Formats: sequence, C-alpha cells, structure tokens
Amino acid sequence: MATKEITLRIGGAAGDGVNSTGEIFAKTCSRSDLHVYAFNAYQSVIRGGHVWYQIRAGPEKVHSVGDKVDVVIALNTQTADLHIEALRAGGCLIYDPKKVKVDEARLPEGAKAFPIPLGEIAAQFSKNPIIQNTVALGAAMCWFDAPFDTFTEVVTDQFGHKKAEIIETNVKAAQAGYDYAKEHYGKGSYGLRYGNKRRPLLTGNQALGLGAMAAGCRFYSFYPMTPATSIGQFLAENGPQKGIVVKQCEDEIAVINMAIGAGYAGVRAACGTSGGGFALMAEAMGFAAITETPVVVVNSQRGGPSTGLPTAPEQADLPLMLGAGQGDYPRIILSPRNVQEAYDMMVEAFNLAEKWQNPVIVASDLLLSEHLETVDTLDLHPTIERGALLPFNGNGHSPEAPYLRYKVTPSGVSPRAVPGMARHEYIAGSDEHDEDGTLVSDVRYLLPDAIEVRNAQMEKRMRKLDGVLGDFEKPTLVGPANAPLTIVSWGSTQGAVREAMAWLKSEGIDVNSLEINYVYPFQTKEVTDLLKTSKHILMVEANYTGQMEKLLRQETGIVCHSHLRKYSGEVIWPKEIVEKVKSIVKNTGKTPAAPTPKGGMH
Amino acid sequence: MAATAPQISLTDYKVDTKPTWCPGCGDYAVLTAIQKALSDLQIPPHQVAVVSGIGCSSNLPHFLRAFGVHSLHGRALPVAQGIKLANPDLHVIAVGGDGDGYGIGQGHFIHAMRRNIDITYIVMNNEIYGLTTGQTSPTSLKGMATKSTPNGNIENPVNPVGLALMAGATYVARGFSGDPKNLAELYKNGIAHKGFSLIDTQSPCVTYNKLNTYDYFRGKYVNIQTEGHDHSNFEAAVRRSLEWPTLLSEKIPFGLFYETKDKRTYDEDELAYKVGNPLHGDLALTKDEAKSLLESLM
Repeated sequence: MATKEITLRIGGAAGDGVNSTGEIFAKTCSRSDLHVYAFNAYQSVIRGGHVWYQIRAGPEKVHSVGDKVDVVIALNTQTADLHIEALRAGGCLIYDPKKVKVDEARLPEGAKAFPIPLGEIAAQFSKNPIIQNTVALGAAMCWFDAPFDTFTEVVTDQFGHKKAEIIETNVKAAQAGYDYAKEHYGKGSYGLRYGNKRRPLLTGNQALGLGAMAAGCRFYSFYPMTPATSIGQFLAENGPQKGIVVKQCEDEIAVINMAIGAGYAGVRAACGTSGGGFALMAEAMGFAAITETPVVVVNSQRGGPSTGLPTAPEQADLPLMLGAGQGDYPRIILSPRNVQEAYDMMVEAFNLAEKWQNPVIVASDLLLSEHLETVDTLDLHPTIERGALLPFNGNGHSPEAPYLRYKVTPSGVSPRAVPGMARHEYIAGSDEHDEDGTLVSDVRYLLPDAIEVRNAQMEKRMRKLDGVLGDFEKPTLVGPANAPLTIVSWGSTQGAVREAMAWLKSEGIDVNSLEINYVYPFQTKEVTDLLKTSKHILMVEANYTGQMEKLLRQETGIVCHSHLRKYSGEVIWPKEIVEKVKSIVKNTGKTPAAPTPKGGMH
Repeated sequence: MAATAPQISLTDYKVDTKPTWCPGCGDYAVLTAIQKALSDLQIPPHQVAVVSGIGCSSNLPHFLRAFGVHSLHGRALPVAQGIKLANPDLHVIAVGGDGDGYGIGQGHFIHAMRRNIDITYIVMNNEIYGLTTGQTSPTSLKGMATKSTPNGNIENPVNPVGLALMAGATYVARGFSGDPKNLAELYKNGIAHKGFSLIDTQSPCVTYNKLNTYDYFRGKYVNIQTEGHDHSNFEAAVRRSLEWPTLLSEKIPFGLFYETKDKRTYDEDELAYKVGNPLHGDLALTKDEAKSLLESLM
C-alpha cells in the first residue's frame, strides 16, 4: 500500500543528539507543505538512558504521533531491540552494523534491515560522533524521497549562529548518507508530494508562550519544573525586549504570589508549573479568587504521584486543580486539546481572567506541552478584553462617591482600580471583606451586618461562574451523531482519539467523540444533551482512577459504560483505543449502526 | 507647568478604620511612624502599596490610606515584589511580623534581599505568635516559655539583621516602637533608599510576651549612631549584628547598621524596563514583532 504519510523514529542514548536530528527532519517536513506531529520520549537523565524521537508527516492534519513507523534509525542496539517491531511493512531499519546488533528474525513482515557504515561515513567529515545521526537522516530522507534543498535550508537556519563549517559538515554528511542509501537500497514508494508552503511548527509550550505574548502578558513567573519550564524559557528569550518581565523565583509559592502581585498592580500576569509546583500554589489560588485578582496559571501535568514519572505524559491532576485551595471560590479550568488550541486558549485565559477578575487554570500535560505540531492559523493580534478595568487617569469614577472595589453587582464583577490611580486606594484582603475592602473577619465577625456582607460577597464571587459558562464555546460531537459508541476524552488525548476514529472508520466502524476542553465550570446542560442519546460511552484518559469520568458523573449524572485508562508513562496509542472499541462492539454483539461503503466489522 | 503640588500631610494617610491591636501594642507606633515617614517624603497615598502577610501586625494596611494587599501568611514579600516588578514607579512597603517574615516566609526574605529589589520591609518583631495566642516564634529567645514550649524554647533565635547583611540587603536597621522619633527616621530613610531595605522593629506584644517588654528593651537599648557606628562599614555592621540575639549581650544595638548605594538594584538591570513601565503602553504585538516571532517558528 502506498501510504500518503510517513513516520520516522530515531532512537539512541541521551546526549546522542537524537532530539536535534529529529527536529531538523520535522522542520524539513513542515517547510514542505506537510502537516507534522512530533514527540520526544526521554528519561529524566542528561546523559545516557534511552531517548527516542518520532516524527509523523502527511498532507492532511496529523493528530498524533501514530503507532507504526516507516523508518527506524537505531543509534544503539537497545533502540533496535525496542523498536524493531514498530516497523510497518515496506519500512526499514537504518543502523551501523559495526555498532548495533539487529535480530533480523524479529523484523515484521515486509520490513527490511538497512545496514549502513554510519560511523565510517561520518568520520570522513568530522570527528564528532553525532554526525553519524546526520548520515542516517540522509539515508532516511532518500527512502522518503524528501527534498534535500529544504533540509539544507533548515540546517543552515539551525546552525546559522555557529560556524559555516558546521553547516557544511552536516550537509555533506547527510548527502553521503543519502547517496549510500540510494546506491544500496533505492527509494521507498510513499507517493508523498513535497511542496513549498511553510507552516509554523511549535510545541504546546511555545504556543502557550506565544499566546501569552499576543494576549499582552507583561509578567510571567516560574520555577523550573518539567514539563512547564520551556514556557518560561520561551518568554525569557522573547519577552523582555517587548517589555515582559520574566521572573524565575525561589519556589512555586513565590511564583504564584508574585504573579498575583503583578496582576493586582494591573498588568496581565501568568505563571506556569507542573503538578508538584501546582500543589504548592494551591493556597494562593483561593487568595487570587477572594481578592478578585486576574492571574493565569498553567499546570502542565506529568506522571504522578509525588515526583512520580517526571518525563511521562499523564492527565492525573484534575482533582488537584478542581480542589486547589481551601474553601469555595469560582474555579475556571481550560484544557487545550492540541497545539493550535493551546495558543487560542492561552489568549482566552487572559481575557477570562481579566473579565471575571479571577484566576484561570490552563491545564496542559507533558504530551501537549512538549510535542511539536504544525498549525495553520495563528492570529497574533487577537482581541484583548480587559473587562471592568478603570481608566488609569482615574476618570472612570466620580471623585465624590467612595470607591468600592468589591461592589456587589449582578454579574459579580466590580470596577477594578490599580495602584497609582488617585482616590481609588483600597486593600485587597485575603480575609472576607466588605464592598470597600474592610475586613469583616475580626471585630465585625458574626455581627448581623457582617453575616450579610459575607453572604453577599460569597454569592457575588460565585455568580461569576454563570457568566464564565456563557463565555465558553459550546461543545460538539465529532463524527456521526447516531454512532453506536461515543468516546469521551479531555485535553491532549484528542489526538489519539481522532486517529483511532479514522482507523476505525477505515474498518467500517463508526464512532463519535466528545473532546472536553472547557473543564470547569462544567458545561452540564450541553454535555448532557450531547451524551443523553449515546448508546455506549467510552471514557479515554491518562490516569488510574478515571478522574474525568468521575467529574462527568458528578456534574451530569451520566455513567460511562466503559473506560480506557492509561498510567504507564507512555502516550495513549491510537491502536489501544481501536482495540478497546473493537472489543466493546464485539462483546456487546452490536454491529455498527452507520452504513459504511467498506462493509461491516471484521 | 510648575503648579505647586498640594502639600501632603499626616492626615492624608489616615483612615476611619481603627486598629484592632491590643492597647499598648508596639504596632501603633509603627503605623504612626510609617505615616509620618510617607508624609515627610511627600509621597501621595495612591503611589504607595503596603503589602502584608497574616498576623496581628499584618492587619496594618487596613489602618492607613494607601493601596495595599493583605495577603497570605508568609507571602508579603512575593506579592510586594510582584507589584514592584509590574509597576516600578510605585513605592512598595512590605510589613508583617516575625513569624510571617522570618518563619514561614524566610525563604522569600533571603531571595528578595539578594535581588536587591527596591522595596522596604518593616518587620514588627515581638518574638511571639500573637494572633494564635502565644506560641514560640523564630525570634523567641532560647529558654523562653510559651504555650508551645511550656518547658522553655530549646531552639536558637534567627538573627534578622545578620541574615539581611549576609543576603545582600542594602539598607539594614533595627528600630524600637518605644523610640518613635528614631523609628520614623529609620523608615523615612529606608523608603527613600534605592534597593532592599529591612527595618527589623522591636514591637512588643503586651499580651503574650512577658519577657521582651518595653522595659526589657529600654534597659538594653543603645543607639549605634550615638556610639559613632559608621553605617558604610560592612564589617563593623556585621560585628554589631552579632551582639543580639546571637550573643545575647547586655546591650541591644538599635539604629542603622548598614547602607550602601553602590550596589545595583533589580530594576536597574531588568531588560524589560528599557521598553517602559510594563503597566503602560500598548499590549498588542507590533506587526514587526508578530512577523519575526512567527518566522522564528517556521
């Protein structure tokens, strides 16, 4: 079968340069009118250990890194052993026979071994052993018939800041690998058309950072923690020259409290972390909410509990985010499902935070934060909504009337002044307070008027959730409405689900899918309407206890019929969803409802 | 142009809200001294942000006219720094108690000082947890009996002045609520100082600390300026910082231990301010900025 897409996997030890080789190929594809999805699997070590990078590219939108691969570049024997069976028929394993042992008997049917003297060829150009990656990549490019000129451009840009010699060495080494492969093994038949259109290729974290910049963020704080760190690094690199203060702090408690201080002062402020750091931020979430201070908090989830699996994708912080901090306050949680949406939702998070004067959580995860994906439309001049922020010159408020920062209003939102505005001095207190900010928690506590104030302020704050719900985009079902099975997922699991749906469809099985991106306040009515006619609901999520499944049940009363939960530390593979769906359809004895030209099930 | 700005008086800093402190509490003198320092410096109330944590003394922002945040326990300094970083034009004063700043907030204390960020930190140190009715604090002297150490505290107290000197604060002083005139002077100079100022203030708790009373401090009080201490001499400052509570000498040195104007402040080196105050200016990316960002990702 001539595929219309290609997948390359390159594996070796940490420090082997796997990452940068993978990125060069990803960019070569994204500059050739192909859609790309790439993911780097790695361990929490700097040298040694096993890492692999997978790049998938095709003429249509690519939703996940995929299961099977067309080319494996094995830089060590471990890679050959671990990944040989991932090869598709027609695929090949590229390796240096002097360095890597390959058990050819384990090659899947139709896959081949391509021994190439990578080290020997590389030595002609450089003493640096990493050059053998480039030789191998050249060989893979030959098999894929990928455009060498584009590769040369990418390498030139990638190493542009270094010596011209380095660029030349890489190009020559790749050419030599290309030529060797062409002579000995020829080209594969993928029928892929490489064009000239370039698409932005970025990770979820770059999208979050870019979204923050486009939204007018002026303060970002963080403490290094995988997989959120690269948001801060992106902003540290690009932000200060545009007036953005980027602050690495002593701990995550300082991180969020500084961001809250900046938000109070009137700039658009955000911070980012992973679950462990977010746990430390919990108390301050409520502090931001009771002081009605806008702040955006990114929590990029990774494998837990505790230090858990620091470099593993997992979606297991949902109760932590829903329960962060003591007491009741309006909790707003967005969960972007792909890189494009990471960008869009980061912008939206800043608008929601200021409009509703409240903290907003953007829930990412390691897979979304760290994988590369091409995007089509990045509106770098989005609408910026600042809500009830008063004009800085103080003209928004009559000088005679006392300024009431926490004025009770139908929407729950009160006019917001910031320090520097004359006649608007007020104290933002973490204690319960009156409309003007005075405490009702000490000498007035339990006096009749304080009871009224407490109720009014609590209700005012919580009312915001109704407004937030109104601002959320409505959910939809993807796929045929009358499908016999509905997959429900949230966040980055969307990719594997979409992939599985296409796969199932090609085998004549129709399913539909609800992919939750507005996690809280929960869209109870809409989700209930969408799911009430579902014949079988399958929840797919990356945690042990079924966190979204429980939330769905809590908010709608809907009980899922079955679930696929993964907590192994790997991404959810489309194949696993396909198999799960097939087993359900088989066990329930139901044939797919939707008529399909390709016939029924196997 | 040059219309004469209206004179700012002490009453401009007053509010109707009455302090909730016990009669005789040292914090009253601190409040008055802050108000006096600000009016002496002619800083308008709306250009001041007073940020506190949690504790008796952390209620202070509610008792004067200014912007402010009554934040979480131990978090006055991060919030204060966030405000200052977002709007470097503001005068930011962090206030709180010894538990707040030297206990739960100790980590932030050290880091704020090494940044030499331009804020003033006033700690109302009473060597006790007052709001929780009398437990040992990080500055409680060894041997002191409290509700949480009924047999006497067996830990050594932290030395805030010594810590501040080591961590890189550029204005380090100890004041006393029983000497309000000097206190206002120390605050005024601390607020005017560019860089991180710490004024550790002995502010007696008349209800729960029967050891470190007004009389206790009056009996041991020495003013280091009167004694001829040179506050530009770092080594001399360190020597004097060790006299109390580390060595528990018969005398407790008060006054300005150290000030330097030679060290650069955080905002002098923050690249983002070259564009201007982050609070002002257009939020949208310019066309060129958008273009170059997008190209860098292609």
